[in-house]
Amino acid sequence: MRRLLIWAPLALFALVFALVAGGLIKPADRTIHSAMVGKPLPALAMKPLLATKPGIDSAALKGKPRLLNVFASWCIPCIAEAPQLLKLKQAGVEIDAIAVRDTPEAVQGFLQRNGDPYARIGDDPTGKAQIALGSSGVPETFIVNSRGEIVDQHIGDIRADDIPGILAKLEAAK
Amino acid sequence: MIAEAGLAALWLATGFALVQVMLAWGAAKGALQGTGAMVMTALRRVAVVQGMLALAAFGLLITLFVLSDMSVELVVENSHSMKPLIYKIAGAWGNHEGSMLLWVTVLATAGAGVALFEKRLATATLAATLGAQAAIAIGFYAFLAFASNPFVRVNPAPLDGRGLNPLLQDPGLAFHPPTLYLGYVGLSVAFSFAVGALLMRDVGPAFAKAMRPWVLGAWIFLTIGITAGSYWAYYELGWGGWWFWDPVENASLMPWLAATALLHSVTVLATRDGLRAWTVMLAVVAFSMSMIGTFLVRSGILVSVHAFAVDPTRGGFILALLGIYIGGALALFGARIGTVKQGATFELVSREGALVLNNLLLSVILGVVFIGTLYPLVAQAAGVQLSIGAPFFEKAAAPVGLALVAATAAGPLLKWRRDQWNTLFGKLLVPVGVGGIAFALVFALGGAHWMPSLALGLAAMLAVASVIPLIRRNLRRTPLHIYGMVVAHLGIAVSIAGMAADGAFKVERLAAITVGQNVTVGPYRVELLEVRPAVGPNWSALEAHLKATRDGDTIDLFPQQRFFANPPTNTNEAAIATLLDGQLYTVIGQGDGQGRWQIRAWWKPFVTLIWAGGFLVALGGLLSLIGRVRRERRDAENDA
Repeated sequence: MRRLLIWAPLALFALVFALVAGGLIKPADRTIHSAMVGKPLPALAMKPLLATKPGIDSAALKGKPRLLNVFASWCIPCIAEAPQLLKLKQAGVEIDAIAVRDTPEAVQGFLQRNGDPYARIGDDPTGKAQIALGSSGVPETFIVNSRGEIVDQHIGDIRADDIPGILAKLEAAK
Repeated sequence: MIAEAGLAALWLATGFALVQVMLAWGAAKGALQGTGAMVMTALRRVAVVQGMLALAAFGLLITLFVLSDMSVELVVENSHSMKPLIYKIAGAWGNHEGSMLLWVTVLATAGAGVALFEKRLATATLAATLGAQAAIAIGFYAFLAFASNPFVRVNPAPLDGRGLNPLLQDPGLAFHPPTLYLGYVGLSVAFSFAVGALLMRDVGPAFAKAMRPWVLGAWIFLTIGITAGSYWAYYELGWGGWWFWDPVENASLMPWLAATALLHSVTVLATRDGLRAWTVMLAVVAFSMSMIGTFLVRSGILVSVHAFAVDPTRGGFILALLGIYIGGALALFGARIGTVKQGATFELVSREGALVLNNLLLSVILGVVFIGTLYPLVAQAAGVQLSIGAPFFEKAAAPVGLALVAATAAGPLLKWRRDQWNTLFGKLLVPVGVGGIAFALVFALGGAHWMPSLALGLAAMLAVASVIPLIRRNLRRTPLHIYGMVVAHLGIAVSIAGMAADGAFKVERLAAITVGQNVTVGPYRVELLEVRPAVGPNWSALEAHLKATRDGDTIDLFPQQRFFANPPTNTNEAAIATLLDGQLYTVIGQGDGQGRWQIRAWWKPFVTLIWAGGFLVALGGLLSLIGRVRRERRDAENDA
């Protein structure tokens, strides 16, 4: 018993050492995974931001896979993302959007300058819908399958080389 | 030239450290055979020279920063010719390489101090101690030379430097790291003493007396460092809290807990020759916690709000050093401690018994903090990501801490070796009565929760009990270290009272108000008079003018929301008014664009006691240190 006690500190230290060495060799995965992936879209009923497009009703977002893009006219990376969204639209993808803390005039200008890939735009003046989706910033893009479930969350702007991956995921989400 | 001289001094110091290890081996062997006095003299001198060389290297690095020598990479990265002198100097250690040089400088200087001043320890043990100290230094010299050279040149030299993070330009922060480092590395001496004593199988009162002043000194610096760091986080972060259980904070708390336990067990060993194995173990653990703390901070394997340079290569190097030194010391402990005879025994109800209780409770708290800090790593190994928040630490550590407060009240009232329960109860009657009344008043009339009420009651009890050792004594002839103990224990009571008062009675208000509206927080009515722009040397800000009124007295407060352009950062500058009975803490948040501003205000009764208590504890340590050193010197003269 006494012998065991004498060597216990060294054994404990060896354990901590192994643990820390493990943490050092395989650094922690710092990406934030959405808790919403794999779950159905939360109930969203957002008024249209523009008179020319419908708003967002999550119950209606079913039948075929689509992208749900969280954006804002005041967001610089969203401008960089716009050409990729247009390409996705040309590839036949239906893209809906949530405009966070924005005004119709500003969004109108944004779409005129950068192109308009959106089928619907929901108005989220307080950011409540964004929080319900588990999104913490703009731009973010959710891939929603044909049953209305979130299958992926893309944080940050979509780059040109992200497009094939997104198309593949949309295909798989049918 | 200066940079090259600094590097040369560093390499020379490494050479001397190697020589020191070899001489130590010779001197220890010689001493056991009754010869080798000359080797011992040489060993002492080499240790002093090694310390002076490290000090010279550090001095040369500071010189480079003062002269703004932009041909040195470290100066370019961390300084600017227009910076105030004090921040140029602080820039020398406000970065990874410089702080590691400071670390090894303190290590080598402490070794030199042992070589110069230690007269009473057995020669063989002292030689082994100096050898161990040099062996630790070699590892960190190698780390500097191969992975963190502070003296690297850049060619061509840029015209000027890239400055220091504006957030770090704060006098409190400039001196926070050196204070903590003096504490961390001061504990290395205790570690080396323990290794020396184990190697020579010489664990006894002489060893404990030699080690005690070093433990006390390091502990004083740690106490000041933690207290000041807590206050800095409190006023700078603008979150209204004073301790966040962040890994970096825990990294400084763990060595402090171990050193506090060591401080008490070393007294048992010095006075009564008890707790031999335990004291040696604690001496090893205390410095191990310092090294693990440094490692956690430098490697970036734990996520923290303190952003340090994250570098896995350096992390790997330090981890290897940890493995060698901590693993080696613990292996030595396992191999040797069985041959150390059991020390003097004692009854359960005695001063020793109370000190053992103190040690056990401190160890439990240390265990809680250690597990809580490292558990995210365990979870990560199992594939789960999580972080451990304040609720875990508070729930797990607070009850143990309160038991410790009660033990602190009782301990000094007990006699050494054996005492009676009845005598103890008699002495504790008044303190327990005062504490009970305080608890009842706060709980019943103040309407606080039972936990902070209990904490306030125990703090009152400890405050009264802590001064009892001075009663019926000739105050002039009372040794200084008794005063030290009284002041330190009183400081604990004051600090706990501050924490409990803040926990029980703080009032927090978050309101969105327009100019002219007001919000009530505690005894104050806070009115928003104006929000206006303000500018500083490298920031612009939105500044609120708040008028706080209480019984006709008014205070003006100017909290700011600052924007730094380079690097782009937002900071909250809280405006804090310190009153006799607490602090009013105000922060301005976002505006909604329609004239309403988010104002967050706290009334924190008696919160300043937390830090006042911390400094009292450090003052008690200082008194004790002076008393112990004077007494040692007198005893040494009597011996001669």
